[in-house]
Formats: sequence, C-alpha cells, structure tokens
Amino acid sequence: MNFSKSFRNTFLVILLSLIVSACATKKTTTTVEGQMQGDVYTGTDTVKYLADGVPDRVFFATNESILTTKSRDTLRKQANWLRANSSINVVVEGHADERGTREYNLALGERRANAAKDYLITYGISADRISVISYGKERPVDSGSNPLSWSKNRRSVTVKAN
Amino acid sequence: MIRIINLFFIIFFLLSAKAYSLIEIDITRGNLDPLPIAVSPLFQDDSSKRNSINELKIENVGSEISLVVENNLKISGLFNPLSKEAFLQKPDIAHLKPRFEDWALIKAQALITGKVIIEDKKLKVEFRLWDILAGREMMALAFTTVPSNWRRVGHIISDKVYERLTGEKGYFDTRIIYVSEEGPKTARVKKLAIMDQDGFNTKYLTLGNELVLTPRFNPTSQMVTYLSYFKNLPRVYLLDIETGTQEVVGDFPGMTFAPRFSPDGKKIIMSFAKDGNSDIYTMDLENRIVERITNHPSIDTSPSYSPDNRFITFNSDRSGFQQIYVMKSDGSNVKRISFGKGLYGTPVWSPRGDLIAFTKLHKGKFYIGVMRTDGSGERLLTENYYQEAPSWSPNGRVLIFYRETKSNDKGEGFSAKLWSIDLTGYNERQVQTETDASDPSWSSLLSN
Repeated sequence: MNFSKSFRNTFLVILLSLIVSACATKKTTTTVEGQMQGDVYTGTDTVKYLADGVPDRVFFATNESILTTKSRDTLRKQANWLRANSSINVVVEGHADERGTREYNLALGERRANAAKDYLITYGISADRISVISYGKERPVDSGSNPLSWSKNRRSVTVKAN
Repeated sequence: MIRIINLFFIIFFLLSAKAYSLIEIDITRGNLDPLPIAVSPLFQDDSSKRNSINELKIENVGSEISLVVENNLKISGLFNPLSKEAFLQKPDIAHLKPRFEDWALIKAQALITGKVIIEDKKLKVEFRLWDILAGREMMALAFTTVPSNWRRVGHIISDKVYERLTGEKGYFDTRIIYVSEEGPKTARVKKLAIMDQDGFNTKYLTLGNELVLTPRFNPTSQMVTYLSYFKNLPRVYLLDIETGTQEVVGDFPGMTFAPRFSPDGKKIIMSFAKDGNSDIYTMDLENRIVERITNHPSIDTSPSYSPDNRFITFNSDRSGFQQIYVMKSDGSNVKRISFGKGLYGTPVWSPRGDLIAFTKLHKGKFYIGVMRTDGSGERLLTENYYQEAPSWSPNGRVLIFYRETKSNDKGEGFSAKLWSIDLTGYNERQVQTETDASDPSWSSLLSN
C-alpha cells in the first residue's frame, strides 16, 4: 500500500518534471504568433493521431460548440478512418477551459463532444459506434493560465474505445 | 429530523433572564467594531482532569472547549475575544459570581464562564453568559454527552451565545463537505472530504480512484448527493455518510450532474445531458419517480430550490449566454432575473428565502454576489481571478465558496482553497483545509 503510493508519487513527480521540461522547451514556440485564429487553437502542440494524418482532436472558441472549417476537415478524416476500420468504436471526450463555472462547463463539454459526434454521424458513421463523455474543465491538457493554454483545453478528443 | 451521532443532550436548566440586556449585536451591517467578550476557561477540578487524560488524552478539556468557543466567535467577525492573560478572576470563582468591575476593567462587555466534569465516561458541562455592563446573567445551560464530543460542546456553546447576542441562530455546530484536491492540474486527484465548520475532524469519504465533484448536503439528514465518474460514467450519487452506503440516483442513459436536494430533503434536482442538451430533472427519493422540469434546447443547469420548495432558480444560456432564471417548481413561469453586465452562474437560494447568491464573470474577473429573487439589488461581495460556487451557512449570514489562483505557463502557482465571506461583504477569510479544496457545501445545524 505504502509502497504503491510512493511508487505512484515518484511516477507523478517524473511525469510532472516531464511536463515542466516539455513546457520549458515549448516556451519559445508559445510566443510565436499564428497558433490561434480568433481564440480557436490552430496549432498542433497537443494533437495526437489516430492514424497517419488523422488528428484526434478539434478545438473550439470560448463558450462555443460550433465546428470550424478546420475542425470539420479533421472530423471528415476521422470519419474516413472509422469507415476503413469498421471494428473500431470511439469515445468522444468533450472539454472546457478553466475560466467557467464547473457545472456549466460539464454541460458545455457534453455539447462539444456531441457536435463532433453528430458530424461523424453525418459522414456515415453509425451512432452506436460513438459514445460521448464530458469532463468539463476537469482534465486540461495544458496547465497554464493564459489564452493560448485555454484554447488548447477547449477541445473534443476522439479516443479509441476498443 | 436530524439524527445526532452518539449525542444525548440533557438540558437541565435554562434560567435565562428575560431582563433587558444592554448588549446586542446588529448583524445586518458590516461589523467593524466587534463586541469585546471574555471567554474564561471552563473550570475542571483535579480528579476530573485525571479522567480527562484517561478518556481523551487531554489534560484540561475545559480550557480546550473554551478555545473552540473563542475561535468560533472570533471567526464570525462579530466578537473580539479578549486575551486570557488579562483575566483577573479565577475560572471557578468567576463561574459562581463574576466580579463585574474586574471584567469591565479589561473592557469586556460579555463574559462566558463554565465548568466541566468527566466521570463515569460522561462529559458534563455547564456554562453561563454574563452581561458585564448590566451586571447580570443572560443565559445558563448545562448538558451531558460522551467525552469524545467535546469539540461539539464548544460549537453548541458558541451557537447559544451567538443566538442570545444576535437574535439569530448560529452556524457553528455544522460541517462542511467539499472536494479535496491533490496533484498537478492535468491529473488532479479528487476525493470527497468532510470536516467541522472550523476545519477540524477532517475525514475522507472516497479514495480518489475516480473523479468526484459538487457534493451537497441534504438539509434534513446525514445524506449527501454528488457527481462521481465511477466506471467512467458521470452520474449523480446518493451517499449516507453515517453508513457509507451509496447508490446511483435514477437510471439515466447519459450524464447526470449538478445535483442538489430540495429543502424538505425529499427530492434531488439535477441536470441530465443527452445529445448535447442539458435539462433539469427531479427524482423523488421515496417513490423514485423522475420528472422533467425544463425542456429547452439550451443548457439548463445548477438548479436550486427556494426554501419553501415552490420555486427553482437555475442557470441557462437560452439567451445566448449564461444567465440566471427563476421558475415555479413545476417548470412553468420561467423568468430571467440577471441583467447586469457579464455572465452569471451557480445561483443558490438563501435559506432565509430573500436572496440568491451567484458567481459572475465580467471582463476576466470572477465575483461572488447576491441579488433579490426578482433580480433587483445586485450586490457583489468579492472580486478575484477565479472563484465560484457559493454555499450558504444555515442561518443565511455567511457564504462559503472556492477560489483558484492563476498558474504560470509551466502550471506552477496553482491552488484551490475554501473562503468565506459575510453577506455584508466584510469578514472575508480563508477556511483552513488539509489539502487544496473546492466545491464546499454547508450542512444544517447538527443539533436543535
């Protein structure tokens, strides 16, 4: 019990220092212009890939759940990938930034996840292959308190469920 | 209705003077001149001290109880407990009959004296409240309980003194349930925690294996409702904090969140999110019948009943942005009440019925404020970088909420703490917790 706890703590410390060092090296790039359009994140810092050329996430404006042109493009790629891999189911996670009340943000995250899900459905993916979960502001990917960090956190992420 | 754990109070005399007292406290305005009060240590004789060490590992539980009282009165902002070093009279003598001139000399206007006895595994306490200026006793009470309840004895004395001097019920014999937070922002570990209102007796109710949020007390029992991500399914749960048993509330095919009890304790009101839309539902805890209260394509959340159960205030973005609304409890007569600049969230109805507390976001700042239930008389109590989720003390005089600090680009410098502020906008102070903390909810008075 104690051992596993201290093991976990050590792990957290290592993880934290990785994040910290990652942030430190990133710092030069965060000041570079062109990572946001309006207040929607357009960079690739936090983006992971479901497959080659298939980004896993899309970003939203403050308090919004409207999909941008770029987001729709990303989701069409996800739809194509899902069509080609019909055995794969996904969970769409909806997230909000830290500048909103907790309960409203849970609802907003759910709305964002469903905006992405609905778009996948219009591109022919069966609704029963896609579930949604909202984390509200509980799982930021960037821990900074600045507009760029917040823009990275306003997102929906498509994750393989099986 | 309220069950009290291990606590049997036998009040055997209440000789309270009907006489006019010279001292009283107006708590409706900011109190910049707190009442000087002397809290004499409760007297304990030597044989009782030996029993005290055996039972509680505390040598002088009488002194300890008086410190609990002193701290409560000080935190209320309405009293100024005087330094014990200045006291001229011994506790046992003062308790029999204070020499009022001595206490007046150190500028005390009120005096608390008392006596404790521990024998036969019982704690017997008596205390008196004296009006120094009038030179008379204002109140005398005695009770018996189990020794381990000694801190609660201090809270009950505080409540009695507060009530006698302000004319309103106190809020000291209460508990706070909240979310304890640890770890980095991107992987925060959250647990349900409960503590006495003064920060003592912290207990953790969950282990941190799953995300938990927004616990709220049932105003009539030792039940709590909260949101848990158990098995990655965010659902509203009901927890009995005495037995530890818990259950999912209702059978909803999606996320339920933002739960709160009705003031009569018979229903849970909450949001249910489906297909990108959140509406408000209730579930009757006796017959388990679920009712839909709102039906609108916007986000409807953070519902809170009026104390008479007849109205509900809630948060909706049906106007395009987060605003506060009031409706009848059947969902009819929906009216927007917030019209100031900015966004409004987390409305919560005062237990006195006349006010709604809220969180406001305007120009990058967060405010805790109150308004009347028709939206008039908006008053902002405190401004900060981030704060939200006010919860009322049971007497409707104090709000507790949480506040977060800004982190730098590396995520350093972040913290979440509980704070309280009087309805007057004065007496803002941090509430001590063992860990970082958020989402506080204040219980009803545990006794009376």
